[in-house]
Amino acid sequence: MTGELLINLALLIPIVGAVLIVATGRHPNVREGVTLLTSGALLVTVLALTRLVIGGARPESTLVELVPGLDLQLTLEPLGMLFALVAALLWPLNSMYSIGYMRGNDEGHQTRFYVCFAVAIASVMGIAFSGNLLTLFVFYEALTISTYPLVTHHGGEKSMKAGRVYLGILISTSIGLLLLAIGWTWVAAGTLDFVPGGILAGRVEGPALALLLALYVFGIGKAAVMPVHRWLPAAMVAPTPVSALLHAVAVVKAGVFTVVKVVVYIFGLDLLVAETATHWLLYAAGFTVIAASVAALRIGTQRGNLKRLLAYSTIGQLSYVVLAAAILAPLSAVGAAFHIIAHAFGKITLFFAAGSIYTAAHKTEINQLDGIGRSMPWTMGAFAVGTLSMIGLPPSGGFVSKWFMMMGAFQTGQMVAVGILIVSTLLNAAYFVPIVYIAFFREPAEHGGHDDHGHHEPAHGEAPLPIVIATVVTATLSVLLFFFPDVPFTLAEQMLDGVTGGAP
Amino acid sequence: MTEHLPVLQVVIPLMAAPICALLWRARLAWGFAVLVSWATFAISILLLRRVMAEELISYAIGGWEPPWGIEYRLDLVNAFVLLIVAGVGAVVSTYALLSVEDEVPRRQIPLFYAAFLLCLAGLLGITITGDLFNVFVFLEISSLSAYSLVAMGRDRRALTAAFRYLVMGSIGATFIVIGIGFLYAMTGTLNMADLAVRLPAVETARTVPVAFGFLAVGISLKIALFPLHLWLPNAYAYAPSAVTAFLAATATKVAVYVLLRVFFTVFGASYSFDTVQLDYVLMPLALIAILTMSLVAIFQDNIKRMLAYSSLAQVGYMTLGISLGTATGVTAGILHLFNHALMKSALFLALGCVVYRIGTVHLRQMAGLGREMPWTIAAFTLGGLSLIGVPLTVGFISKWYLIVAVLEIGWWPVALLIVISSLMAVIYIWRVVEAAYFLPSPEGRGAIREAPLSLLIPTWALVLANIYFGVDATLTAGVAGRAAAVLLGMGS
Repeated sequence: MTGELLINLALLIPIVGAVLIVATGRHPNVREGVTLLTSGALLVTVLALTRLVIGGARPESTLVELVPGLDLQLTLEPLGMLFALVAALLWPLNSMYSIGYMRGNDEGHQTRFYVCFAVAIASVMGIAFSGNLLTLFVFYEALTISTYPLVTHHGGEKSMKAGRVYLGILISTSIGLLLLAIGWTWVAAGTLDFVPGGILAGRVEGPALALLLALYVFGIGKAAVMPVHRWLPAAMVAPTPVSALLHAVAVVKAGVFTVVKVVVYIFGLDLLVAETATHWLLYAAGFTVIAASVAALRIGTQRGNLKRLLAYSTIGQLSYVVLAAAILAPLSAVGAAFHIIAHAFGKITLFFAAGSIYTAAHKTEINQLDGIGRSMPWTMGAFAVGTLSMIGLPPSGGFVSKWFMMMGAFQTGQMVAVGILIVSTLLNAAYFVPIVYIAFFREPAEHGGHDDHGHHEPAHGEAPLPIVIATVVTATLSVLLFFFPDVPFTLAEQMLDGVTGGAP
Repeated sequence: MTEHLPVLQVVIPLMAAPICALLWRARLAWGFAVLVSWATFAISILLLRRVMAEELISYAIGGWEPPWGIEYRLDLVNAFVLLIVAGVGAVVSTYALLSVEDEVPRRQIPLFYAAFLLCLAGLLGITITGDLFNVFVFLEISSLSAYSLVAMGRDRRALTAAFRYLVMGSIGATFIVIGIGFLYAMTGTLNMADLAVRLPAVETARTVPVAFGFLAVGISLKIALFPLHLWLPNAYAYAPSAVTAFLAATATKVAVYVLLRVFFTVFGASYSFDTVQLDYVLMPLALIAILTMSLVAIFQDNIKRMLAYSSLAQVGYMTLGISLGTATGVTAGILHLFNHALMKSALFLALGCVVYRIGTVHLRQMAGLGREMPWTIAAFTLGGLSLIGVPLTVGFISKWYLIVAVLEIGWWPVALLIVISSLMAVIYIWRVVEAAYFLPSPEGRGAIREAPLSLLIPTWALVLANIYFGVDATLTAGVAGRAAAVLLGMGS
């Protein structure tokens, strides 16, 4: 009973928060207070739920019967718990950061910003807790729609074009492919529930199964498996807090979470191992990992836009998760689950740092960053810690997840996967290390790179305090994850218990 | 009293129409029309509730027992359609006050409401009657009043549009009456239930398939099924805003209902689909309509016209579902009848608000309107999302049923075409959304205020209905499913 209550609360709190934000929109301080309180309340709720889940409970709640025979159903399982935990943990930090950023940069339409943010978080909770595919689809689309005003926040032609790419790709893949896949699953299996071990065994087979998997993987555009990745760089026109929490954590993780969930609970690992026609997924994910890293490397060598580089890095990191799921070994599945949280902490730190640089120094390009570490030591220190996690070096969470992926690949003898992991690690190092290097060891430039008006730039120090605190905290979390990985581990292993135990 | 509800459903608006024409003050006529249309709506709700309990209501007009007298015969199918027509009629009449004062010359306003009530009575009559000739009579009543309503549009092109509508509509009606005549010649009866019993005995005679053909063409013209759709875009584009919303949500829907009734009840599903193979004609036409009309909509700059083309595509969805002939398919068709009425009326009412403030719905003139009329444009956006088929709106429910219906029988390519057309809807809706939110206001347009509440409230009522029935579709999908079972002879 309490579990059901908590689950409903987790969905309801951000929505109530959104309403209150609208109501207090005229008083910015009260409004931001509401945001912080809401995110805090959500965190407490989700932590309570985590305790329940680790204790073995699987609370569920039926929201409403959507059409006869299909409910909007929330059911908590370990993987969803992990995802919800990541989002709930980072939302308060991100809110604090947002307040510093939005005020520091005098952004307009701040009420709309916080409202859409809260609605997006509610959608994320819905995705994480969804008990069947239809529920997941409903919240998946809600997330797309609620983040659109955030991506196009600045208005004008540039935002309009980026928004077009964003919405165009996410909506067309989800309606064009994902909805078809769900319809097919419903017709074939007669159910859309997430069942450990899958629901498709014996119902779809051979090439048809490979096609269905393709409809899912490319239909879930949020996972950004190439060639449906273009929306993510486009989304970078949004204010940095949006890029940080939504387009490095919530939205993209919703994508890979959905992929893992479909692989584990709709197809089932056993079925996919048996059906060799479905093994293309490994290569698609592997290709994305390498290609995205190469693209990021190119931006790095041209010393282009920092957020754009981070976006391509995200695309690559997302496909790690898909790749880990596609290895189809229990150990790599743990790696996949773990990487959802490890990458979240690392990447949000990097985005926070990028936003911090923009707020303090109004710099967006890598070639403007020479020596910036001297005036912004905290920010760039956190940035350096974030890159460790991206490359997969200790002491960072990224190392742990990569370790498990490697172990899984070795265990099942998939040397292609091992090769992909090694090459991409080198590539990641090749584009991240130089940024850290120039930030600390180059002499600061006399003038700004592009905005060279012939006079000296005003000296700048660190960004506003809320920004710096948030950045340092997420960097710390990323390191702590290396030393204290217990909670995510337990959840990942519990996910596996259900999967291997309940297989038909 | 309650046993006379079926006839009151039609008689009240029918009798009210001439009274309305005699009222000398515009606002008085409006108040009267609103009162009548809400009373009609209330009756339709009571009727649906009764039908859900009793399955079938038969009412003999003037006490003449069927099949000799005219019978009003209600089952779940037409009770549901009555609810749609009366509901939209009530909301639109409430909305009409300022919009009509703005778009229709003042001294014509009482006549406008008289024609509106006549049209409403005609549409309700078509739906409720169990007599085939009576269908034709009410069809003429609703059509003639609809022509005059369209002609009252402010733009002078409304006159040519209405004339075209008149010519095409009359041809359609003629085809229908010829078809009915043949059936009468063969069986000697006009009562639909009676016809259904007597037709199988004579169905080998050549007259019956000919009658079938005439009816099919006539009804398709009324539905505006491709390629018999040419009357519709201009009629919708140039009619007064309230009329467009009303006709778009009701007139073609009632025609779709006639299609269901004639081919499933009168001829019977097995005759229509197995013997004559109507599906071989309907389905390709429906698919062509879905694709080409969505494509044409993308290139329209007059937004009312754009939505008119979108309606033609949506009619294709309904026809497609029906042409599948399966339980899920027919359910999808009937469900979309209801859902599309909700989304299109919401969208057209939002456009009515735009017309009220800036006098046009040209895309370029609507630029930047999202800042000046936030509630109106938000209503349009939500209605548009529903049209696209985003979850938690009625559009998604329709799409889900239609896709499942198609996949059930393994018709992959058709499912693909459906989603492609949805994506086209994204394009044409988003052109408007982008223009309204991102583009600067055109030069020379003065300060614009938000539309008045008397327009916004009905618009938003429909928008919220779009969301309500999209979140909890158990009522609508349940009724549609049972109605489909009735039509296919599997239920009662």
